[in-house]
Amino acid sequence: MEHSFIDRYSYLESFIHKLDPRIKIISFFSFILFVVLTPPTSWSSFGLYFALILFIAILSKVPLSFILKRSLVIAPFVLMIAIFIPFFKPGEVAGGYSFGSFRLTLTYSGLVIFWNVLIKSWLSVLSMIMLSSTTKFPDLLKGLEKLKIPKVMILILSFMYRYIFVLVDEVMRMKRARDSRNFGGSKFWQIKTIGNMIGTLFMRTYERAERVYVAMVSRGFSGEIKTIDDLHLTIRDFCFLSLIILYLIFTRLWVVP
Amino acid sequence: MKIIEIANLKFTYPDGTVALKGINLDIEEGESVAIVGPNGSGKSTLLLQLNGILRGEGTIRIRSLLLEEKNLRRIRSLVGMVFQDPDDQLFSPTVFDDVAFGPMNMGLSQEEVRRKVKEALEEVELTGFGHRSAHHLSFGEKKKVSIATILSTNPKILALDEPTSNLDPRARRHIIDLLKGLKQTKIVATHDMNLAWELCERAVILNDGKIAADGSREKILTNEPLLVKHGLELPSLSTASKR
Repeated sequence: MEHSFIDRYSYLESFIHKLDPRIKIISFFSFILFVVLTPPTSWSSFGLYFALILFIAILSKVPLSFILKRSLVIAPFVLMIAIFIPFFKPGEVAGGYSFGSFRLTLTYSGLVIFWNVLIKSWLSVLSMIMLSSTTKFPDLLKGLEKLKIPKVMILILSFMYRYIFVLVDEVMRMKRARDSRNFGGSKFWQIKTIGNMIGTLFMRTYERAERVYVAMVSRGFSGEIKTIDDLHLTIRDFCFLSLIILYLIFTRLWVVP
Repeated sequence: MKIIEIANLKFTYPDGTVALKGINLDIEEGESVAIVGPNGSGKSTLLLQLNGILRGEGTIRIRSLLLEEKNLRRIRSLVGMVFQDPDDQLFSPTVFDDVAFGPMNMGLSQEEVRRKVKEALEEVELTGFGHRSAHHLSFGEKKKVSIATILSTNPKILALDEPTSNLDPRARRHIIDLLKGLKQTKIVATHDMNLAWELCERAVILNDGKIAADGSREKILTNEPLLVKHGLELPSLSTASKR
């Protein structure tokens, strides 16, 4: 069964794609750091941050529509958390609604925080999308490893990348097997089968983990993970990183709010 | 020279299932031996004993090295194990990482690891597949990469569990031709009778944890009553070659 790649478009060829993963990780994370540390009312800064991401996106040749669509995936989660802020933050009242004896008021400071949450989360997500769609997942892992992220974490992520679709396949097969034998039955019974499927999936995953471990031990695994070192920084990488950092500092410090 | 010596090997799984009931088996260097038998006869269990993943009673010697704790690492680099499901064997993000896993664990230098990976991929005719992710390979390719992952460690013995299961005829053909070309001692656990006939000069019938018959392929794989008695069938190729 075919699935879309997690790191879709990471196989394109562009200036951004060719950068060292470490440089990209540092750049995109500093971007997030700067965005988060910007006061909510410095509107022009956010404009410049967005311009930077847009510029990188165009440079990377990743379709803009894909980036936008993907960035909306987290919108519901952010909205669910942020939607109540304008109503609970005390301050100057911007408007209100009455429901009988119950009264809801919107405040200006609440709205600012709401905007703050929305724009910052959106810019951060955009930056992560750019990172993941311009870096192959294995390279990303190598970069993280070089940046001294604990190897156990790297190993967990790499197993996740390798096995997530194997598991999805397994679920789809079970679902098909169930559907081909499903001739109706009560809602309660159907929910019960889902429970059984989850249990079965857990058992199968557990057994697979055992088999994978056996395969690792058979090839001399002794608890220590060794990886080959094939990342090389070039002048281009340093130029990119310094430009990004300079741009961010400029945006944060010299732009009039 | 005997490369594998198994004496009175018994094994019981923790849940009480008796899987091996006293196995005696010697294998010569360079021999290809098919272990045939019905499902649940103990074929896979026997293979897993060879590199000490499972440990039973009795003694196993690999190249005169007694299988015990202090020899485990050495023995595991001598016995290359190819598992039935390539999704178990290939656990790294890329093909390169998987093929490099064994050599890296052997503590080889980076250049040597790269060279071994290149050679192993060449041997299975998948040059240039290094950067691919295992998930996006066909089943036959996965199987080949699985074989490459152990060839990269230079094993003296190849232990293969059902190497042709789930393969389409063309991929099956590829794997058989590939295995035929490898000069290592081979132990193949299978119930693909034609594979046993083509690849191995010796066959061992395992049934219910015991060796039911052991001999040349002509002696064992053409004896229909014997095969049927142990839940197997005559390989169609053996009758074809009689003319």
